Amino acid sequence: MASDRPVWASLIALFKQRAPADVSVVETLVRRHRLRAVELLPWILTVVAYYLFSDYLALGSQILIMILFALSLDLVLGYAGIVTLGHSAFFGVGAYAAGIYAARICGEPLSGLMVGATAAALVGWTSGLVILRTQGFTLLMLTLAVTALLAEAANKASFITGGADGLQGVDIAPIFGWFRFDMFGRVGYLYCLAVLFLCWLFARRLVHSPFGRSLIGIRENTARMHAIGSPVRRRLLTVYTISAALAGVAGALLAQTTQFVGLTVLGFQRSGEIVIMLVFGGVGRLYGAFVGASLYMIAQDQIAKLEPEFWNFWIGLLLVVLVMFARGGVLGLVDRVLSLARRKP
Amino acid sequence: MEALTSILFHGLAYAMILYVISVGLSVTMGLMGFVNLAHGVFAMLGGYVSVTLMNRYGVPFALALLTSFIAVALVSIVLERTLYARLYGASELEQVLFTIGLIFMAGALVRYAWGPLPQPVTLPTALSGQLDFGFRSFPMYRSFLIAAGFVLIALLWIGVERTNFGAQLRAAVDNRRMAESIGIDTRLLFSLAFALGSGLAALGGSLGADILAIYPGYATEYLVYFLMVVAIGGLGSLRGPFVAALLLGFGDTACKYLIPELGSFFVFLAMIGLLLWRPTGLFGRA
Repeated sequence: MASDRPVWASLIALFKQRAPADVSVVETLVRRHRLRAVELLPWILTVVAYYLFSDYLALGSQILIMILFALSLDLVLGYAGIVTLGHSAFFGVGAYAAGIYAARICGEPLSGLMVGATAAALVGWTSGLVILRTQGFTLLMLTLAVTALLAEAANKASFITGGADGLQGVDIAPIFGWFRFDMFGRVGYLYCLAVLFLCWLFARRLVHSPFGRSLIGIRENTARMHAIGSPVRRRLLTVYTISAALAGVAGALLAQTTQFVGLTVLGFQRSGEIVIMLVFGGVGRLYGAFVGASLYMIAQDQIAKLEPEFWNFWIGLLLVVLVMFARGGVLGLVDRVLSLARRKP
Repeated sequence: MEALTSILFHGLAYAMILYVISVGLSVTMGLMGFVNLAHGVFAMLGGYVSVTLMNRYGVPFALALLTSFIAVALVSIVLERTLYARLYGASELEQVLFTIGLIFMAGALVRYAWGPLPQPVTLPTALSGQLDFGFRSFPMYRSFLIAAGFVLIALLWIGVERTNFGAQLRAAVDNRRMAESIGIDTRLLFSLAFALGSGLAALGGSLGADILAIYPGYATEYLVYFLMVVAIGGLGSLRGPFVAALLLGFGDTACKYLIPELGSFFVFLAMIGLLLWRPTGLFGRA
């Protein structure tokens, strides 16, 4: 029977036949999603820190909050490749929304987080609609302008935000009506840790999903993603909104644990600092946020005690050195050392 | 009428300062595509140099201006050769990070040397007081600023439109590869343009010390304004940033004068709208 078929038909049949799946490729693709033991390390450390450094839990919650903030930035900057200097806009909106909600409406913390996230997501979505139509320098400029706009609004609308004096009277009720925020910051720390863990699970799921992969595609080659029919702008807007919501949660956590919101949450300094933390840890690898934010905050706490005036100088110097010599950040260096060690028999 | 002339007058003086500071940034970005967020640092340094020379050492106004121009131009050329030049063609993120690093370092250094407070500005006696224009009088110093701004702009435009250096610069901005292939040394050209732009920024910072206060937060506080002038004007253009500076100067002054309870809110909003309408700026090329 087979000999009756013309040659071209058997050729087509040959091409139609699926190539046997390359087991090792599939294996690595599957393994990339699987949880590795190393990924549990930050959580073990945070729990250990709770018992070891029980006098520093206020600083600890600050670190956890900055990790969450840097994580949200990593989605936008590291995965989607959007260079922004205005991420404090969403942190600030989340902080003010949660703070005003607690001061005026209700002190229940979990709904406060939702309020912060929703407000930040709304601002992220509307500003993303505008900003993401542009590219490069104009985009960078617009992220700065949006933050300046919001900072001016928060400064001038002092009847609701407290203006330059900051928002007073943020009173937070116990979590689930049971766990009251104590003066040692124990509940605050565990609360931040739980929220960070949930957000991390979500972010990890997101970057390993097909959606996350398409973001990397957009970062690497936008024109090609357009060409294969990926809805580039919608993808970018989606991740921008999600990232804004996570940054808003971080801001809300700060408002709730410190029970105060000041104008600095919307400042350029904070936008710059969070980019520095992320780049210091390593961009586009999810754990750069953990490494960078904790090292930065601990170093700031230690050095600021000795010579606070020079903190900005060292940070600036660190950035210049990082850009010139170590572009992958701390985790990039670790990778390099590991690959060197592996190469040697 | 009174309000209108005030807004026009003070807005014009403000626009002059913004333009003189930002025009160098437009050339840097147009020529090498370098996102130099640290441009304001040069304006700040210029301001510190001239204010210190005048206040502490009694140096005459004109000589202090000249010194700040030369000193900052020299500092910038050293920085350009040693650091900036390594990052030409690097990614946007790296250029942004590097220049933020410079801003942080410069802010900390001037804070250490001069303290956190804004520098007091003493105007030369010949330039203080009021100038009578017949229908009303204006502050003498602001009138001088406007005149000095026009003189600087005329010099700059003649230099770029009528000299050999200017012709090479325009050729390099239009098409760098073509300019290089007909034998123009774009590296040297760029170093000179960078130094000139930084020197102009220093002049702008010195002249405008009573409008944009000289203090360690200078480079971040006014960053958005400098960048907006360039973004709205269009990269690599001389006229574009001038129109943008006028819009920003009048707009900001009018907003602060007429609706002080909202401050600069509407200016930022209008600028965002303008960039949406023309993403490459008013005079930029797509």
